[in-house]
Amino acid sequence: MPTILGVPMQALFGQLLLGLINGSFYAILSLGLAIIFGLLNIINFTHGAQYMMGAFVAWMLLNYAGLGYWWALLLAPIVVGLFGVILERLLISRLYKLDHLYGLLLTFGLALIIQGLFRNEYGVSGLPYAIPSELSGGQRLPFMFLPNYRGWVVVASLVVCIATWLVIEKTKLGAYLRAATENPTLVQAFGVNVPLLLTLTYGFGVALAAFAGVLAAPVYSVNPNMGADIIIVVFAVVVIGGMGSILGSIVTGFTLGLIEGLTKVFYPEASSTVIFVIMVLVLLVKPAGLFGRTA
Amino acid sequence: MLKRLLLASALCAVACGQALAQTPVKIGVLNDRSGVYADISGEGSVAAARMAVEDFKAAEKGLKVEIVAADHQNKPDVGASIARAWYDRDGVDAIFDVPTSSVALAINQVTREKNKAFINSGAGTADLTGPQCSPNTVHWTYDTVALANGTGGAMVKRGGTTWFFLTADYAFGQALQRDTTEVVNKNGGKVIGAVKTPFPTADFSSFLLQAQGSGAKVIGLANAGGDTINAIKQAAEFGITEGGQAIAGLLIFSSDIHALTPKVAQGLVLTEPFYWDLNDGTRAFSDRFAKQAGGKKPTAVQAGVYASVLHYLKAVEALKSASDGSKVVAKMKEIPTDDPLFGKGNIRPDGRTIHDMYLFEVKKPAESKGPWDLYKTLATIPGNEAFRPLNQGNCPLVNKS
Repeated sequence: MPTILGVPMQALFGQLLLGLINGSFYAILSLGLAIIFGLLNIINFTHGAQYMMGAFVAWMLLNYAGLGYWWALLLAPIVVGLFGVILERLLISRLYKLDHLYGLLLTFGLALIIQGLFRNEYGVSGLPYAIPSELSGGQRLPFMFLPNYRGWVVVASLVVCIATWLVIEKTKLGAYLRAATENPTLVQAFGVNVPLLLTLTYGFGVALAAFAGVLAAPVYSVNPNMGADIIIVVFAVVVIGGMGSILGSIVTGFTLGLIEGLTKVFYPEASSTVIFVIMVLVLLVKPAGLFGRTA
Repeated sequence: MLKRLLLASALCAVACGQALAQTPVKIGVLNDRSGVYADISGEGSVAAARMAVEDFKAAEKGLKVEIVAADHQNKPDVGASIARAWYDRDGVDAIFDVPTSSVALAINQVTREKNKAFINSGAGTADLTGPQCSPNTVHWTYDTVALANGTGGAMVKRGGTTWFFLTADYAFGQALQRDTTEVVNKNGGKVIGAVKTPFPTADFSSFLLQAQGSGAKVIGLANAGGDTINAIKQAAEFGITEGGQAIAGLLIFSSDIHALTPKVAQGLVLTEPFYWDLNDGTRAFSDRFAKQAGGKKPTAVQAGVYASVLHYLKAVEALKSASDGSKVVAKMKEIPTDDPLFGKGNIRPDGRTIHDMYLFEVKKPAESKGPWDLYKTLATIPGNEAFRPLNQGNCPLVNKS
């Protein structure tokens, strides 16, 4: 069997595929963050908590309302997105004129409160959430056993990422959004309701986080801290991709998933730090990020 | 001002007078109330301590017991400063529970310095009764050596002769891997590989794939809490157990299995010192506990807090004073232990409480009759075999003769 640096080729393929799957989560989460930052100039530290809420809402739908995974995939983003809309209207919209730091403090505080409330109610051991029967089982590929559900995660996140990118880059709504980012006053003068646009954008970004949460529920432990662990990595992804760059966050999300996957084979101890090492290198060479515009 | 002073002294005359009549005992339950170990210890441990005080009928026996609780956030510095404040300012006589080995070792030091008593239930490190042992410390519930002995030994005897470890990359994980490797080798098994996983890790699929590729018969999980839950959940997803490999959880509590459900965790072999459904004593206690804890059954750590508070109060009653920690601990070692949860046993000179451990297997979904019907007992490991022999721990309190 051919090997690369002592690792069999076949094992390597498997690891690359797994890296891609993790990259899917990074991509959806960082996409939501990038949209919110790009249009609202808010560093949304509540993102991890909203991802966690997505998973919890899926669990609640199943246990309180008897609605399964597919309903959750549709409803959880809507429910959590609405929560985001309320949050934006009540609190975040008051901070647009202030320094970034205030938005960061507010959203970070909110994240702690939300996590605390869920912890108080549901404990920290996590809640069970089964893989939907349509997607259980797996495929025996020549180089690994691929659970069907993991394959679905990659497909679903790719579709959502590309659709989002198309909406923002190719439609009229997207054009308004981009224009409002550049110069809100002028766009408002043309009769576009900018505050509404911002509210909906925030709601959509949050809904993306919740969507990722539902995708994660069957494979990761559904517990109140699940978002706190992943959000730091996702922030690094956004910084590497370039704050606010839509395409950057998608491409970087998947790429870093792959790099992390490779690290897990060659030097597992470093797999949680490799993304931050890359972040440091990128910031040194290209401070605006790989896809960022230099102001 | 004068009026307030008079009032204060009048109040003291009442309160202090009462205190003189009874022996005051102040117990501090220090554990994780918000992090990864909050479900195995947390508020449940405080409830268990309260139940022990009730069951001991402390007031009738001349003890005036007060319980305080705090969150150490799994940080040694936070834990140590709470302990100092409790001992110096608040008059706490003994600290109970303290999960997270690093915090436990810090409290061990502070307690010895202040000559109070430290009765640990939640932490795993066997160093508490090894090189770090102290005349002020008792380690009640379990330790890494007992877990490694139980699960490691049993798996090899069941034919799991080759091992691959997924080890959480910090002191606890490495100690657990080291202790288990020793047991595996001693029983004629062999460790063929290990991977150090960053702590914490959400996605274990890559490491599981490596374990799968190694062809080892047993995959040993030298981790705890959320890491273990994620690893087991994903092992089921990747068809590891269906492929004929067995998973050995080296530190798992019933609350973890409850969160995973038997569907995901079935067939898992593990060692615990306590399970709610062992006998009439444990069932009666667990039912009462569940009423106070929102339907949850007690974990081994919470059961350990109950039993150790009970035993501690026996010693204080005998001495009629809780103020000298080393005297109380010496008395605890003198009296044999006997309670409905851990049965009869004793506390060794190194501070180790000796009681039976149990080897459990997680039931199949068809066998499980309720959300808390989780284990079937494979074997009872007698206390004198379960723990590290007294002369091998390098505890300075033990005469090597």
